[in-house]
Amino acid sequence: MSQITGAEIVFKAFADHGVEYIFGYPGGAILPLYDELRNHKKIKHILVRHEQGAGHAAEGYARSSGKPGVVLVTSGPGATNMVTALTDAYMDSIPLVCVTGQVPTHLIGTDAFQECDTTGITRPCTKHNWLVKNIKDLPIIMHKAFHIATSGRPGPVLVDIPKDIQFQKTEYVKKEDVIQKINKVVTEVETSELDKIVDLIYKSKKPIIYSGGGVVNSGDKASALLQDLVRMTGFPITSTLQGLGAFPGDDHQFLGMLGMHGTYEANNAMHDCDLMINIGARFDDRITGKIDKFSPESKKIHIDIDPSSINKIIKVDHAVVGDVENVLNKLIAVFKKKYPNFKNSNKENISEWWKQINKWREKKCLSFVQGKKTIKPQYAIERLYELTKDQDTFITTEVGQHQMWAAQYYKFNKPKRWMTSGGLGTMGFGLPAAIGVQLANPGKLVVDVAGEASILMNIQELSTAVQYRLPVKIFIINNQYMGMVRQWQELLHEKNYAESYTEALPDFVKLAEAYGAVGIRASTPDELDSKIKQMIKSDKPVLFDCVVDRVENCFPMIPSGKGHNEMILSPQDEKETKISKEGKTLV
Amino acid sequence: MKKSLSAYSEATTKEELERHIMVVWVDNEAGVLARVSGLFSGRGYNIESLTVAQVDEEKNISRITIVTNGTNSVIEQIKAQLLKLIPVYKVASFPVDDKSIFRELALIKVIAEKKNLEKAKEICNSYKAQYLDTTSSSFIVEFHSTRREIDSFIKELKPYGIASVARTGPLAMAKGAEITEANKGKVI
Repeated sequence: MSQITGAEIVFKAFADHGVEYIFGYPGGAILPLYDELRNHKKIKHILVRHEQGAGHAAEGYARSSGKPGVVLVTSGPGATNMVTALTDAYMDSIPLVCVTGQVPTHLIGTDAFQECDTTGITRPCTKHNWLVKNIKDLPIIMHKAFHIATSGRPGPVLVDIPKDIQFQKTEYVKKEDVIQKINKVVTEVETSELDKIVDLIYKSKKPIIYSGGGVVNSGDKASALLQDLVRMTGFPITSTLQGLGAFPGDDHQFLGMLGMHGTYEANNAMHDCDLMINIGARFDDRITGKIDKFSPESKKIHIDIDPSSINKIIKVDHAVVGDVENVLNKLIAVFKKKYPNFKNSNKENISEWWKQINKWREKKCLSFVQGKKTIKPQYAIERLYELTKDQDTFITTEVGQHQMWAAQYYKFNKPKRWMTSGGLGTMGFGLPAAIGVQLANPGKLVVDVAGEASILMNIQELSTAVQYRLPVKIFIINNQYMGMVRQWQELLHEKNYAESYTEALPDFVKLAEAYGAVGIRASTPDELDSKIKQMIKSDKPVLFDCVVDRVENCFPMIPSGKGHNEMILSPQDEKETKISKEGKTLV
Repeated sequence: MKKSLSAYSEATTKEELERHIMVVWVDNEAGVLARVSGLFSGRGYNIESLTVAQVDEEKNISRITIVTNGTNSVIEQIKAQLLKLIPVYKVASFPVDDKSIFRELALIKVIAEKKNLEKAKEICNSYKAQYLDTTSSSFIVEFHSTRREIDSFIKELKPYGIASVARTGPLAMAKGAEITEANKGKVI
């Protein structure tokens, strides 16, 4: 077999793994790889404006396509700028393959120009990483990288390649030859455990299914199976932030999102249930609230692909480690065999529970009053939903109040339509992510629901959107405050609004024009619909400045240190519920 | 002093802390020790001692022995987290009790005048320590035993002029015919 260079090997591996897009930024230590780009016409490089943007764009691409996102950046600052995106992908289980250039091997450790310990820095924020010191290892590492990023609980991996290795030659190794040799460990689902779970489902009078991002990650079949299970049992279902869309958001059995800003009915059902079935979620602290007040009376079942998620935060009664699709498939089979006519016989069993849930629903915890003068942020999202729900729309967000409002008021009916930074909570995620989503879904409507503070963290990527004619829509909920920070300061820090107000904001309409995009502003409720329609119609990137009520808070809210049944519902309610001194110190 | 800053992770039911030995079998590759020790520091677990060496040259496997302490659930979590590391393929943990064997090694240099040197040698002889180097004013002994035994040996020797002590952490092995299954509980 002929010998090829390291740079050729990397691109051959990209081609073998079906890579369509690379998100990247060139620099000295990665130039041999960039040279190779011209020989691979099927692989398109998207030049971002900041490496962090490349990372988030790759995340958006991966989340909305189910394929790994690929990033190519240089050594030193190129690598360090990727750290936030890698950590974000690690927290939210998004498959990324990041290739970084490194100074030549003989300069490693000499504090060379643009040298940093890339594998050392990224070790805690990747599933695995490699520094390639021998050209012979490179083809094997490249195949392993794609395998590890996408298998099990997905996550980011990084391959650091010194410049001299990119020039050296060796023989390519076929993908199949490497993948076959990897010691794949498949966990068998224990039927005896499924048997016990099925019995619990049969007996339960107050059940709830709590699903998470693991269902979306498992694939579209897993979402379909989840829907089967919910229909079969007639059980209520709630979802984490990352799980939205796995079950239709406008379905009667769906109680809305749970957790800190979840609905009243979802959180109360979580608290009072006698059986909790966690499917692909990880009992995150934004979900559980105070641990010892978390669903005290329930039997808990946990289905997760990551063994370390089991009993990490909440002790469960039954755990099944495995891929959601595989586990649900088997669970449903066991269930159908054991209790063929369950749904009809069960209606009575859980009818009292549904009555109780409907009582909670009557609180209408997401209601708000829209006046005539200023736009309420909730109203803005609600209108955005109403005007876009009839087409296949993809939503990304930044982080803060607007993100929670989007999760509450936008109803997702399909998986992979909702891309948000949940684990790390990265402001600046939404715009680059939207770019990745738009590339993976050409012709579809992609909206980044943003805040005016978050959007400024990666606004430079608007230039990328313009360059590649990606008509992403950036819908800024502009209240001039870092809204969530302001809300916490109001509720927990004696209204000391320290540094949460932005004194000088750009004119977003002019800013859009400066970038070559379209700028639209809406300031009153009656012009909102026509402006949103104008945004949707545009075939260009749009920066939409939606000027909203400056001091609106995001409710419902579980205050710090409280349980699921102690939510704050409205401004009136908030005055009555005092947050304890102890609660104020909690994050 | 303020309580924990994060209520949501505050331990509400306090379990008892126990000393545990974690034995981790890893591929002997660059950075593997950093991955293991980084996991401990990054997730706030304690490392009391750490011993590592290659044990299988052919398969390129190193065995890492870590003494740590934690509640039972923390120990289980450490095991699960260790198994998530790609080069780790086997983890065993056992409490420090009589079901397992522990051995530590110490090298001790004594420098003293003749009279004290003689007294120190008497102690060494009673502990059956081995002499590795002897001069007219000094000697080095090797002593391997349990931690407690080594502690008391050093304590007795101390008044007669210990100049230098080198100690390993414990190596550990479970008693009986059972061994730990490879890749158990591992999902890549």
